[in-house]
Amino acid sequence: MGLSACGGGGDDSSASKTVRVTLANHVWTENIKQALPEFEKQSGLKVEITQLGEDQLSDQYNVKLNAGSSDIDVMMYRPLQEGKLFAKNKYLADLSEQVKSNKDWDFADFQAGPVEATSYEGKPVGVPIITEQEVLYYRKDLLAKAGLSAPPKTLDELKAAAAKVKAAEPGVAGFVARTGKSPAVTQFSSFLYSFGGDFVDDSGKAGVSSDAAKQAYAYYGGLIKDSGPANVSTDMSWPEAMAIFTQGKAAFYTEADSLYKNATDPAKSKVADTVGFAPFPAGPAGSKPYNIPSWALGVNDSSKNKSNAWKFIEWATGKQQTLVQQKAGVPSARTSVWANPEGTATYPKDLVEAIAASTKVGVGHDRPLVVKVAEAREIVGQPIVDAIAGKDAAAAADTANTAFQKFLDDEAK
Amino acid sequence: MATVTTPARAPGGASEMPDTPGWARWANEHRKWLFAAPAMIFVAALIVFPLAWTGYLSLTDAEGSVRAESEFVGFRNYVDVLSDTERFWPAVGRTAAFTVVALLFEVVLGMAVALLLWRPFRGQKWVRVAILMPLVATPVAVGMMWRLIFDPNIGLANQVLGWVGIGPQPWLAGQHSALPTTIFIDVWQWTPMVVLILLAGLTSLSEEPQEAARIDGASTWQRFRHVTLPLLMPTVIVAILLRGIDALKTFDILYATKGRGGGSFHEVETLNVYAYGLSFDYNEYGVSSTVLIIFFLIIIGSMWALTARRKEAKR
Repeated sequence: MGLSACGGGGDDSSASKTVRVTLANHVWTENIKQALPEFEKQSGLKVEITQLGEDQLSDQYNVKLNAGSSDIDVMMYRPLQEGKLFAKNKYLADLSEQVKSNKDWDFADFQAGPVEATSYEGKPVGVPIITEQEVLYYRKDLLAKAGLSAPPKTLDELKAAAAKVKAAEPGVAGFVARTGKSPAVTQFSSFLYSFGGDFVDDSGKAGVSSDAAKQAYAYYGGLIKDSGPANVSTDMSWPEAMAIFTQGKAAFYTEADSLYKNATDPAKSKVADTVGFAPFPAGPAGSKPYNIPSWALGVNDSSKNKSNAWKFIEWATGKQQTLVQQKAGVPSARTSVWANPEGTATYPKDLVEAIAASTKVGVGHDRPLVVKVAEAREIVGQPIVDAIAGKDAAAAADTANTAFQKFLDDEAK
Repeated sequence: MATVTTPARAPGGASEMPDTPGWARWANEHRKWLFAAPAMIFVAALIVFPLAWTGYLSLTDAEGSVRAESEFVGFRNYVDVLSDTERFWPAVGRTAAFTVVALLFEVVLGMAVALLLWRPFRGQKWVRVAILMPLVATPVAVGMMWRLIFDPNIGLANQVLGWVGIGPQPWLAGQHSALPTTIFIDVWQWTPMVVLILLAGLTSLSEEPQEAARIDGASTWQRFRHVTLPLLMPTVIVAILLRGIDALKTFDILYATKGRGGGSFHEVETLNVYAYGLSFDYNEYGVSSTVLIIFFLIIIGSMWALTARRKEAKR
């Protein structure tokens, strides 16, 4: 219901019957594309999808939204990366009215953390569609060969196990993870929290030179340098790191759970049947992985087709679609689908356990929460690559802290 | 033709056709401008306006969104950029190094290949086609291809080195080997264009000076050094000019191989990559425009220097 009437707010009589939707390359997108005919039939609308890689998507928004273009109605965006910037620039329409308009759709069903991340100044400007937690991917066969009966529970155990596998298996790395200055920041964040640090400390000051942060930088960089692939590059994002893991060239890999299908799908992974999942290993401050909404849908504020745009979002994020998505491997932000046994039946059992553990202790951000996130990531990511390159991580952290404090001061002005 | 014998017409002659309206006469007198006007308007809209807008942005503190309010800050961005020794000047250095080294290899190699292809031989057509192959590929695809080949762990390059007993090299992954590797890719892709230009120049040279030199007993090298090269010089400078501007502006190969910021340590960050990052990653449109305007002036300057040199060579 709710689709037949012009349910949402706004009464744009000139509205087009075509909804233009811009989406990122993602499992979610592939799933929604398959379900589209159902929506088109139901609503009588036509959906035109533009699909782009993450970087191209960002660039596209930068160009089009900057120019006030109205040819995007619905946009898939990254709340933690661009949310603040987009909302501040008034690219995202205020959805306060729409989220209340349909009881069945049930906005209260969404987890609190993701909702907060998609709000700006207390008003919802997006609807979270995918959540992510960092988990440990590992190779059961390599562990057994190395005489280890269970995946490591602490970061110390991880370090020892990675070194052991690397020594025992020529050509196989003990550990792999993202190494690019900016891409690595999000996955490094769980290490940072588990050592007891954060990018910004409780008093709002830059926190990347705290003792905990210095230990985390040295640990992450050292692990890749000592147990990582030979000749490791400092440009790896997840596709490169995942490729090394799925080619059978690494024993442990820390990454977002939402990418698990890449590792368990036999068409993409040589190690599909030997992959195991475990909660993020505990550091001195316990196991503290991030737990965040990585993607959301928003309405372009310059769109002339806002009510139809909302109809699409309402359908795509409704309980039914969300369950379908979750079953197809996209961890969702709706509480009800996690409570539903059907919603977790298709997941590897150990992954469900790892996710459940993560949502309990998770931290709601995986990067500094600022407006100019890309710049901030480059600053706090520098010590990571310095540590991988074998430089002094503590000195790099001190330098980064000074730069990051200046950045925070500039932004606060 | 000048000695026309037809009887003279009435005084006044053809130039004073009495009933030609004024606008037609005006149009007739200014026709070279009139015909060029559509093209000129087009150029103005597509080049002059964006350039002027960039120039304007470079004098403001525009950031976040171009539509957001920004303040006029005069030349503050220029002072900031020109005193930035962390990103800007290293980028200038890399741009210069990339352009000069790539150009040097491309011209020397291009000349050698053009000379080999100059005289007819069997199968020449096929060789020419093969040499042109890299030229027709999209630079981004070329970048992706070499990125795979140069992968330090699973790439072909290190495997080949392994067969001849050389240890694995970091190639694009290394902090100091990344820039030379991208230069290699550029040389691989663009030498054929230099070959093409030089070959066209060589085939249009007249045979007589060569004959004369041969009869005088000049060696092959002497003929090249004292006859062919001086005659070909204007063409060589055209090749340098075209390829040089292109090399200065290189973006696709660098972006496809090392990504944003030219790699984690900005190993291959040239001015173009830097300006792109300023706009698209940092949303600092004012500063980015400043870098682009400075870059534009550098390109105009080098072009002017080279064209001046070409005129000299022609003399």
